[in-house]
Amino acid sequence: MQQIINFVIRHKNFLLYLFLMMVSLGFTVQSHSYHQSSFFNSSNWISGSIYQGFDGITSYFGLSQENQKLVDENKRLRKLLFNQETENKDTMSLPGRSIYTILSGKVIKNSYSDPRNYITIDLGSTDSLKADMGVITPKGILGIVENVSRNYATVQSILNEKSNINAKLKNTNHFGSLVWNTKRFNIVQLVDIPRLVPLMVGDTIVTGGMSSIFPENVPIGTIQKFDLDTAKSFYRIDVQLFNDMTNLKNVYIVQNVDRREIMELQEQTINEQ
Amino acid sequence: MNNSYFINIVRFILLVLVQVLVFNRLNFFGFINPMVYILYLYWYPIKENRAALIGLSFLLGLLVDLFSDTMALHAAATVTIAYFRPTMMRFVFGVNIEFQSFRLSNTTRAQQITFLALLIIVHHAVFFALEIFSFANIVLMLKKIVAIGAASLVLCLLFSSLFSVKKE
Repeated sequence: MQQIINFVIRHKNFLLYLFLMMVSLGFTVQSHSYHQSSFFNSSNWISGSIYQGFDGITSYFGLSQENQKLVDENKRLRKLLFNQETENKDTMSLPGRSIYTILSGKVIKNSYSDPRNYITIDLGSTDSLKADMGVITPKGILGIVENVSRNYATVQSILNEKSNINAKLKNTNHFGSLVWNTKRFNIVQLVDIPRLVPLMVGDTIVTGGMSSIFPENVPIGTIQKFDLDTAKSFYRIDVQLFNDMTNLKNVYIVQNVDRREIMELQEQTINEQ
Repeated sequence: MNNSYFINIVRFILLVLVQVLVFNRLNFFGFINPMVYILYLYWYPIKENRAALIGLSFLLGLLVDLFSDTMALHAAATVTIAYFRPTMMRFVFGVNIEFQSFRLSNTTRAQQITFLALLIIVHHAVFFALEIFSFANIVLMLKKIVAIGAASLVLCLLFSSLFSVKKE
């Protein structure tokens, strides 16, 4: 017993180091699974309010640019509104019932240089934000809400190696998965498009209808280059994003009202098999 | 004595804030975010309790992690350099550190730079090895260690000469 105590005292620094290293490795390994542990992220109260305060100062510098972006978007939406009669109405959706609700928020912390990037926004559970809502900007898709605290939320950016989003070629129904190889912040990869699909550099990629998170046809980017994967049966496509991921401020959060119903139905079907 | 504790606490808070509010947003060339909070371990008093340094470094890393959504990568890397700090000091400064009168400001410029560079290289090696965590991306890892390490070293040297204590 005496010897054990002596051993512990003699090596107390090493044991302390070992213990703390284990703790941090534990946290890190845990984060490799799908959901991060809910209190170690920047949506918590301390970092949220510090980022919020700092953002109050820095947001003035990009104000004119942001206004221009919003005006451009308004112009586009006005155009859609005024031309509405001439366009085909979707007969499937019932009048008076909208499937998607929209919230608007601001980015208070952005990152794009890590393999796993998270964005913090200034909306939280008090704004009826929940996990797994889609986040888009006026230009295109941004990510999925991952953790929500009372007043803040972290968004898993599409620039995150865990990100996996259903996407398709515009005006077709060939769909694949949008992933990121962590190399460049303006290029993401679309995989699992079969080789029989005719592709052109410059084709537009939009979100697919398979996910219950994003509405269909939210713009993502254009094809920059493509080649076949090692098995020679699927394309591996580099997609140049429409969004400038380094310059984000105003975002919209999209909620699919029917998401829970869809998930329950799918789960029930799987369980019955 | 009280004064040095106070300075340590202020330094701790300021370094965390500078790191997360300024240097984590730098994104020079798209990926270079220098880590200046390593200076805390460079400046930390030499004669202080070693266990306290390890504990404080863990806290420092964890706080930076909290802000940058990196789980506990900064904590792991910082704890590692805190543990190996005495070994590095003995390697760089030799037997000099045993003397009562030893001060960081009395050593040569080359020794200071070597010590800081050692801290940064070990920290970045642990950090990016854990962050990328695959041998397939070893080139990317080395690129990041070298590029970001160089940036951190330059900025830490600038900061250390800017806030150097002149007590001769």
